[in-house]
Order: sequence, then C-alpha cells, then structure tokens
Amino acid sequence: MLEIKNIDVFYGDVQVIWDISFEVKQSEIVALIGANGAGKSTTLKTISGILRPKKGEILFNGIAIHKVEPYKLIETGIVHVPEGRRLFVEMTVEENLDMGSLKGEAKTDRGKTRALVYEIFPRLLERKKQLAGTLSGGEQQMLAIGRGLMGKPKLQMFDEPSLGLSPILVKDIFNVIKRIKEEGTTVLIVEQNVKQTLAIADRAYVLENGRIVIQGTGESLLNNEHVKTAYLGV
Amino acid sequence: MAQLELFLQTLISGFLLGGLYALIALGMALIMGVMRVINLAHGDFMMIAMYIAYWLFTFFGIDPYVSVFIAAPAMFLFGLGIQKYLLTPVMKVDSILPHNQVILTVGLAMVFSNLATVFFTGDYRSTPVSYASSAWYLTDFWKNSPVELSLSMPWTLSFIIAVMITIALWIFLTKTDTGKSIRATSQDLDAALLMGVNVNWVRMVTFGIGLVLVAVAGCLFLPIYYLYPALGKQFTNIGFVIAVIGGMGSTDGAIIGGLILGIFESMTATYIGMGWAPAGRFSIFVAALVFLPGGVASILRKRRLGK
Repeated sequence: MLEIKNIDVFYGDVQVIWDISFEVKQSEIVALIGANGAGKSTTLKTISGILRPKKGEILFNGIAIHKVEPYKLIETGIVHVPEGRRLFVEMTVEENLDMGSLKGEAKTDRGKTRALVYEIFPRLLERKKQLAGTLSGGEQQMLAIGRGLMGKPKLQMFDEPSLGLSPILVKDIFNVIKRIKEEGTTVLIVEQNVKQTLAIADRAYVLENGRIVIQGTGESLLNNEHVKTAYLGV
Repeated sequence: MAQLELFLQTLISGFLLGGLYALIALGMALIMGVMRVINLAHGDFMMIAMYIAYWLFTFFGIDPYVSVFIAAPAMFLFGLGIQKYLLTPVMKVDSILPHNQVILTVGLAMVFSNLATVFFTGDYRSTPVSYASSAWYLTDFWKNSPVELSLSMPWTLSFIIAVMITIALWIFLTKTDTGKSIRATSQDLDAALLMGVNVNWVRMVTFGIGLVLVAVAGCLFLPIYYLYPALGKQFTNIGFVIAVIGGMGSTDGAIIGGLILGIFESMTATYIGMGWAPAGRFSIFVAALVFLPGGVASILRKRRLGK
C-alpha cells in the first residue's frame, strides 16, 4: 500500500534520515519506534509532503506521493494526525471536524462520518460547540483523531498520539486505534510508548539516528534483546 | 444640558467614524492573520478604490454607495493578482530580513500614491452628492426630547453599510468551508495544509477579501471625506494603530479597536481641538503598546479559552 524506498531527508544541510526503506501493507498497524530525535516524526512529515526527500521515492498505491502537492495528499487517502494535535484552537469542536472533511467523498459524507466520530468519542458530541482550545488534553487528542477520521482515510498516520496523556487515556487511545484498524483503515503509528505500541502493532521498525536498525513483527520486537534493554528498560 | 448634548453628539460621531475605521482594520487584520504580514499599502488600496468611485461619479454620475458593487469586485481581482504574482513569489526568497513581503507592500504604497499623483494630479477632490448635508434630528422623532442630537445622513448610511458588510464577512468566515479554511490557516498553517487546504489559494482569497473590505470603506468615505493621492498613508496608519489596539490579526479585535479609536479621535477633536486627533491617535497607540501589548484580542482570548 505504502512503500518508502531508500529516502534521504535533510534539514537544510543536515541529513536526518539515511536511506530508509519500509512498507505498510493493507489493513496493518505498522509502528515506527525510537528515541527522541531518531527521525520518526521527520519520516511522517516526509510522507505527508511537509518535507521532501532528497533521494528515493514514496509510493502510495502506485502514486509517487513525494511529488504531490502537500495539500492534495489527503485526496489520495492519507491522513496525518500530527504530533501535539495541532487543532484549530479558536474554532469549535464541530468546526475542527468540518476542517477534516474538505474534499471529495469526505465532504459529501460529512454528516455520516461525523455521526460515527461522535459514536466513537461521545465526549466530543457533548462538547461540539466548545472551542477546541478549552478541551482537556485527552479530549484534544480525541478531536485530533476524529478530525483525521473525517477525511475517510485509507491510511491514517499517528504521530505520538499518547504524548502527555494519563495512563488510562493512553489505553483508550490505543483501543481506538485498534478499532480504526478493525474498521478497515491501515495505520502507521510513531510512538515513544514502545511497550503498548508493539502490543497492538502487526509489524514495527526501530529507528536510531535516522536509520532503521531492527524490524519485525510487534511480538518479535517485544522479545528482542536490544529493544528490551534500550526501550523497555528490562 | 448643552454639555451633555455635546458629549453625546461626540460619542455618536465617534461611533459612526469607528464603524468605518473597523472596516479598514478588518481587512488588515484578515491579511495579517493569514499571511503574518502587515499590509502597509492598505490605505493606498483604499485610495485606488476611492478614485474608481470618484471617476464613476464624475463621468457616469454613479453614486459612491452604488460604486461599492463595482469597486469591491475590481479590488478583489486586483488583490488575487497582487498576492499571486508579487507577494507569494517574494515569500520564497531567502534574505537577511524575514519580512520581504512587508517591504514589498511599502514599495507598492509608494508606487500607487505616485502613480495617482502623475495621472490624477495632487488636487483634493470630493463628490458633491445631493444628500451630503442631510441629517436626521432626534426632535423629529421625539418632540419633547430634553437633548437635541443629529445624525448625518451620509455618515449613518456609511455606518449601516459597514455593519452589513461586517455581518456578511462573519457569516462567510463561520459558515462556509472557504471561510473556515481562512480561519484555520491563520491559526495553524501546517495543520491546515494537512487538512487539504490549498494555502496559496487561501492567501489569494484572503488578500482579495482584505482589499474588498478596504475598497468598501473607501467608497463609504468618499461622500464624507475628500480624496487626494497621498491619503493612503494616513489610513494605513489608522489601520495599523487599530491592529495594535485590537490585537494583531484578530478580526474581533479590529472591530472593537476601530470603535475605540473612532470614539477616542472624536473626543480629542471635540474637547482638545481638531488638529489634535492624530496626536490622540498616537497617544492611544503608545498606551496600548505599554499597557495592553496583546491588544483587546488578548482579553477576549483569555475569556474564551480560560488561559
């Protein structure tokens, strides 16, 4: 579905991604894990077109999306739920959801998808007229995920969805991501919360200093010695 | 009683003036919010719109209030072009100064006001409309009113049209996808991009709408003001002062700031002297910078978001 082939990414003159290749198959949950600064978010930003690879290519269902204008990416079926939620804080919950469905089929089905989002997150329904900036951290993350769902994605990318949330909320968010996958959306997730991420991931890649160092199924990585010592603290 | 009458009359004229100021500042605020650029040619765009209305009146006898419907669309298209062919390309240039676009607007202001001087001479012009000195009086409606107040007809008409335009803008910004995209882009550009907003298109539309607002303000000012090529600078100043009072890039702030400045200037003119209005403008400008650096918008934001 999504193929990343040998990409190099730079910030100015500084290379941060070194020859990374990986793929995400239909209906999988794939995780990118690694420490701060390993290049996880950079990878997602490159897929969504905010950054461009200097070398290599990114194919989504055969389309070379590294050449697509960033604002057109959502029409190919990729939705990026960015790190730090990036909500439109001075707009209401409902307006934020509208912003997630500006194009094509997502726009025609806006009412239906919104009902689904409210069913997954009843809290958002209660607060639909409230400004996004007045929501709690957990509610904001729900809204960010909901806003992503409004785009009817084929592939939904999550950047640190558990960041800054209490353990109970983290569990909720991971359950939602599992549910999204069960409803047929493919998921690419970037996380520092390695243990829980690997538990739901079909496959995962470990990034270190801008390179992929280990890959395998979620389960095999949970038992990998290097992953255990470096990320799980056991 | 005469004192009270004077005060109320001053308040009313200030309010009417403030409504027009708000319209100028609204355009500036929209552009500032989305592009993070202070449009220092704002008043000069208003000057262009005023000349359009002036010539339409002189050659075809079209009332300046009707010219709104000609000048505003023309300025909208002009704005799309300026953004697309001048401002957007400049954004991509690396330079030691981060605000190339602001410098470009300064250049545009110079070009426009000088071209206007070349083509239209520096003469002061005005449109002698028939209703220029008509007014409504309070005693016409309320025979035994203890105070006598008057409402100048062109001022009131201008104010009412300004309010209608503001309401139309509000509906556009809150009810349409394009309007929401404009607000979203001003709040978080990258996130808007991820949502599929064509940011360059939004920039063009925003600049166009900003010019529509200032064009309307120009047409509304024409029957009650005079026109000359260098008038733009003064109104750019006013727009900028209001932006500081209201809070940079905030549309609500622009409306409140416009009314505050209108009333303040009117009060200075009445109680201190006509010539002191610009001095009043700058004292409130400095006061806003010192005592309320975020402008009215910072108070509104605090109340809305609770932080």
